[in-house]
Amino acid sequence: MSESQATAVYNATSSPPRPPVIQMLGIVKRFPGVLANDHADFEVLEGEIHALLGENGAGKSTLMNILAGLYRQDAGMILLRGKPVTFSSPRDAIQAGIGMVHQHFMLVPSQTVTENILLGLDEPRFLLRLSEFDRKVAEVSERFGLKVDPRAKVWQLSVGEQQRVEILKMLYRGAEILIMDEPTAVLAPQEIEGLFTTLRAMAAEGKTIIFISHKLQEVMAIADRVTVLRKGKVTASGVPARGMSRAELARLMVGRDVLFHLEKEAKTPGEVVLSVQDVYAENDKGLPALRGLSLEVRSGEIVGLAGVAGNGQRELSQVITGLRKCLKGQVWLSGELVSNKPVQFGIQRGLAYIPEDRHQVGSAPNLSITDNVIMKSYNKEPIAHGWMIDMTAATRFAEDLKEAYEIMAPTVRTPARLLSGGNLQRVILAREISGKPRLILAVQPTRGLDVGAIEGVQRLLLAQRAAGAAVLLISEELEELISLSDRIYVIYEGQIMGQVTDGNIEKIGLMMTGTPLSQIETGD
Amino acid sequence: MDPIIILQAGVASGTVLLFATIGELFAERAGVLNLGVEGMMLIGAMSAFSIASATGNPWLGLLVAMLAAGLISQIHALITITLQADQVVSGLSLTFLGTGISLVLGEGLSKAGTISLLPNFSIPLLAQIPLLGPIFFTNQSILVYAGYLLTPLAWYYINHTRPGAHLRAVGEHPAAADSLGVNVQGLRYFYVFVGGVLAGLAGATISLAISPGWFSELTTAGQGWIAVGLVIFAQWDPLRAAFGSYTFGALRRLILDIQGPTTLLGLRNPFYYNPYWGFFLQMLPYAFTIIVLVIGSREAVRKRLGAPAALGTPYIRGERGL
Repeated sequence: MSESQATAVYNATSSPPRPPVIQMLGIVKRFPGVLANDHADFEVLEGEIHALLGENGAGKSTLMNILAGLYRQDAGMILLRGKPVTFSSPRDAIQAGIGMVHQHFMLVPSQTVTENILLGLDEPRFLLRLSEFDRKVAEVSERFGLKVDPRAKVWQLSVGEQQRVEILKMLYRGAEILIMDEPTAVLAPQEIEGLFTTLRAMAAEGKTIIFISHKLQEVMAIADRVTVLRKGKVTASGVPARGMSRAELARLMVGRDVLFHLEKEAKTPGEVVLSVQDVYAENDKGLPALRGLSLEVRSGEIVGLAGVAGNGQRELSQVITGLRKCLKGQVWLSGELVSNKPVQFGIQRGLAYIPEDRHQVGSAPNLSITDNVIMKSYNKEPIAHGWMIDMTAATRFAEDLKEAYEIMAPTVRTPARLLSGGNLQRVILAREISGKPRLILAVQPTRGLDVGAIEGVQRLLLAQRAAGAAVLLISEELEELISLSDRIYVIYEGQIMGQVTDGNIEKIGLMMTGTPLSQIETGD
Repeated sequence: MDPIIILQAGVASGTVLLFATIGELFAERAGVLNLGVEGMMLIGAMSAFSIASATGNPWLGLLVAMLAAGLISQIHALITITLQADQVVSGLSLTFLGTGISLVLGEGLSKAGTISLLPNFSIPLLAQIPLLGPIFFTNQSILVYAGYLLTPLAWYYINHTRPGAHLRAVGEHPAAADSLGVNVQGLRYFYVFVGGVLAGLAGATISLAISPGWFSELTTAGQGWIAVGLVIFAQWDPLRAAFGSYTFGALRRLILDIQGPTTLLGLRNPFYYNPYWGFFLQMLPYAFTIIVLVIGSREAVRKRLGAPAALGTPYIRGERGL
């Protein structure tokens, strides 16, 4: 990126000329089989909030991991305030004033906030003297309005607080340039607003912020300028966010026009298919994860379950499928008790499960597409003949599904691990839906997929709704929940806070942070 | 069957377990499970005795034992940290390797005769304390006293120092430590080495102080495995590890002594008249170890007990969320 272009930009926004603080030129990064960054140029000005926009897998995180010293580029150079720099470790980058807040928090849960912040620093030298450093951390947190108790253990903190610790960690080290990797993914709407306020305050203090995201509306809300990446290449470099429309940004990101609206036909829900009554369950650590949770899903409706990750969604899906013990309460599927029954029991009664982890739970990576799609029908005619499997019938079955569900793969003998995320998800959907399920339990069915694949998955779920199946959609993407669901329950610490039918995002947000609907409506 | 003598001997024999347990605890807190403790202890016991009998200097024997076991632990470090192989398999092989080497090199050592041992002494004033004095501070080996110092030091180091915080971070969340410039692999090598050194010290404690001599693999008699079990039992805490080690030391001693007298509490002593009862008693510490290891190998139980979150998994930069 040349100087003249940059000049044009600040003239356009009529702010005082600011020098570029970071220039990444011609960055190339290869991973085995993937070209993650393909001659990417990236330039950030002092004191701006710069969004790096792109789909999952576009190379945003890779590019920023290079800037943060975690990866080394294969080609290209980095200039910091005009001087070439090389970082061989994150420590070098931090010393140069570049700090990164990762999408998955890099915090040690069993240590206190202060211990986490001091990790890797030369000061204190040997004794920890925590009370002294608790005060120093409190000073920094006060200065930037990032409220958090320095003595608290990280596992006791909410996700929003943990994020503040991550930011504090960088500010304590004197970071001038802060890279935020998908910082809103784990936050409730109100917390997102709080984060944006903090980021704006930090930018006003002269800090430079790079904001990685794949969510258009957020980028337009927070960023001064935007750089868009697609398949490792820069498709728009440092364009002012205010001058762009959502559709323009989407096209730059995806490479084609994107439909933002899904057709959803009106439908009256039928009889109750899934009924979860006062269910209690524990998580892997033996702590209560579900605490008296009840919900209902009727045939012909999509019911969303919203909530910040880790509030019991995973455990609920496992209780319904029979993978986790239900300590108290019952799960009924079309009038039959399915809780604490073998997994096979639910499957035989029309339960389809689209798990969150499609590589480890949803499929057997080393088996072929055929083997993966017959996993629920291998013991039934026509694939089964007594105790034998008719491979001709199985292959025919797989080939039919491959065509019907547009699975892009050379043959049905291709191992599942070689498929892209979207195609693998289609394999799983084909297997689950082809059994004509009564209930579809879909957990994060579009996570990590590109926009085209997301559309395909959403259409399939809507088609199942039209066909009269009951769908319970557990997702952290509020937008997806609102556009697909007829009703949305909100889960918080293993309990249902309430349900909305009008997609009121403000109510959902309040419930996601623990306010029951009854309190919201009485105006407390 | 004087309880004071049983406890006094128990503390001495518990010191062996203490060194090995705290050593393993350091390695596990850094995220590396090392099942080779038994093998490293045998290397330590053999080289300590061998050097002491050849040079007449037990201190040199002690030093060589610690270095030798520390060195052999680095094989495990290389295999599991750099080559990222399975820690259980590598640790088991290390036990076989250590046992094999010490049996070959220790051939003939059992006929070496008497050697000069590490000194025993009483601590002036402290020995006068009623009950505790005779048990802990009277006529104990210098290594037993070293054990008293090691326990609080290890606890303080892990919980209240900067390197201790790094150690905990490396075992709990290596990616977080790495992202802040902590040398994860280097620290793991270091603490596996510390574990080896302490296992070597444990072995030398047997052959040069507590039950002097070289009796091939019966020198350690499976105490390395008990140490591995004790780390789980102690929930990775040095203070609990000390409690467990001394308790087990006293139990081992009690099991030996209870088979001596003909009457027990005025009754006919079944452990004296029927050797099978005695064997059953001798089996108990090992049965306990097996049960603890089986229970502790379950992921869910380990989480509940507070095991280091990254225990048993190699750290590869760029995987899992980076």
